[in-house]
Amino acid sequence: MKKIEIITRTFKLDDVKVALSELGVTGMTVTEVKGFGRQGGHKEVYRGAEYQVDFVPKIKIEVVVEDERVAELVREAKEAAFTGNVGDGKIFVSPVDEVIRIRTGETGDEAI
Amino acid sequence: MNPVDNAFILICAALVMFMTPGLALFYGGLVRNKNVLSTVMHSFMMLGLASVLWAVVGYSLSFGSDIGGLIGGMDFAFLKGVGMGVEGSPADNLPHLTFMIFQCMFAVITPALISGAFAERMKFSGFMVFSAIWLLLVYAPMCHWVWGGGWMGEMGALDFAGGAVVHMSSGAAALACALLLGKRKGYGREPFIPHNLPMTILGAGILWFGWFGFNAGSALAADGLAANAFVTTHMATAAAALSWIVAEWVHGGKATTLGAASGAVAGLVAITPAAGFVTPMAAIVIGLIAGVLCFGGIMLKNRFGYDDALDVVGIHGLGGTFGALATGVFASIGAEGLFMGNAHQLWVQFVSVVATWGYCFIMTVVIFKAVDFIIGMRPSEEDEVRGLDVTQHSETGYQL
Repeated sequence: MKKIEIITRTFKLDDVKVALSELGVTGMTVTEVKGFGRQGGHKEVYRGAEYQVDFVPKIKIEVVVEDERVAELVREAKEAAFTGNVGDGKIFVSPVDEVIRIRTGETGDEAI
Repeated sequence: MNPVDNAFILICAALVMFMTPGLALFYGGLVRNKNVLSTVMHSFMMLGLASVLWAVVGYSLSFGSDIGGLIGGMDFAFLKGVGMGVEGSPADNLPHLTFMIFQCMFAVITPALISGAFAERMKFSGFMVFSAIWLLLVYAPMCHWVWGGGWMGEMGALDFAGGAVVHMSSGAAALACALLLGKRKGYGREPFIPHNLPMTILGAGILWFGWFGFNAGSALAADGLAANAFVTTHMATAAAALSWIVAEWVHGGKATTLGAASGAVAGLVAITPAAGFVTPMAAIVIGLIAGVLCFGGIMLKNRFGYDDALDVVGIHGLGGTFGALATGVFASIGAEGLFMGNAHQLWVQFVSVVATWGYCFIMTVVIFKAVDFIIGMRPSEEDEVRGLDVTQHSETGYQL
C-alpha cells in the first residue's frame, strides 16, 4: 500500500477530486495547508510598507491505495492539478505499513 | 434661541459622537487581532472619561470667561449656569446645553485620535490617566485659544472645525508619544499586518458620515454656511481618496483599500479648518493635495524610524497642518486668504501652526513623563507579546 500526498493550488481541489473519484478512489483526506517551494510567497502592501508573506495557502489531498494503482493515480492527479505555472505543487508517494478500518477491524488492502 | 438651529446642532452632536466608535473600528481593524479590544477601548472609553471631565471642568476651562487669552475661568464648572436657555451661551441662537454637548463630542474624539500612535503597547491605566490630564492641560487651552476667546482666535487665526484644536494637537501629541514610548516589540523585523481591513473601511465610512456633523455643525446654525461646509467636506474627502490611491498606484503598482480609506480620512482632516472658508472647488484642490501629501507623510516614519503605529502624525498631524495653511491660501468666504490678496492671513495661519505644534508637543512630553514616572506607561515585554486584550482587559476579541 502506498500513500499519495498531493499538495497543490486550492482551486484545483475539485479537479483532482473528480479525477481520482473516476478512478474508483472511495476516500480521501483534504487539509488546508500553508507553505512555499520555489515559487516563494507573495508581497502585501499596507500604507506603502511592503511585507513579504512567506507561506502561500495550498491544499493537501491524501489517499492510500493498493501498490498497483499508484502509477495511474499519480498520472491522473498530475494532469488534473497541472497549470504549467510556478506553484503547481508536488506529489509525494510513500509506503504504508498497515491500514485498519476501525468499524470492522479489517486490515491491509481490505481496509482501504 | 432658534429651534431649527437647535435641532440641527443636536443632530450634528450625535453625528460627531458616532465618529468615536467609527474611529474605534478604523483603528481596531489596523492592529493585530491580539490587540483589537485594547485599541477599540482607547476610543470607546473616551466617550466615558472625556465626557465626564468635560462637564465637570473641561468645558469651563475652554469656554469660561477669558483669563489673559490663555484659559477659561471656572464660571461653568460642574455646568453651573449651563442651562436650557441661551443665557451665557457662546452661540446666542442655541441653548447653552446644546453648544456644550456639541463641543463635548470634539473633546471626546481628540484624545482618542492620539491613541493610534501608541496602539499595541500602552498600559490601560497609563492611557486613562494620560488622556485625562492631556484633555485638561492641552485640549482645553487649545480650544480656548481658538474658539473660546483666547489669543489665537483674537489674532485672526482661521480654524473652522478644529484643524488646530483637534488634528494638529492630536498629531503633535501622537509624535511625542510615539517617540517617548518607543517602538513596538519586533517593529521593523516582523510584519504588523492589519487583522481586519473590512472593519477599518467601515470605520472610515462612519468617520466620513460623522464628519458632516463635525464640519457642517461648526457653522453653529442650520444655514447656508453649514451647507457650504457640508459640501466642501464631502468634495475634499472624495478628492483625497482618489489622489491617495493614484499616488499609491504610481508608487507601488496597486490601489489598496487601506489607501482609499486613509486618503478619505486625510481629506477630512485637511478640509476641517477650511470647511466654512473655502468654496467647493477649492475644497477639491485641497483634497487632491492632501491625499498625495499624507501618502508621503506616512513614509516619514520609515525614514525617521519612529513607530507611529496607525499613522496619526502622517495623517492628522500633517493633514491638519496642511489644512490650516491651505485655509490661509484659499479662504474666500467670510475671510480672505492669499489668493484673495491677503498674504497676512497665511502668516497668521503659520503662527498658529507653530504655536500649536510647539505647545502640544512640549506639554505632551511633560505629561507623558510625569505619568510614566508615577504609574508607568508601557506594559511588560511579556504582556506586550501576549497582547493587550488578555493582559489589560482579560478578554479576547475572537474565539476562532
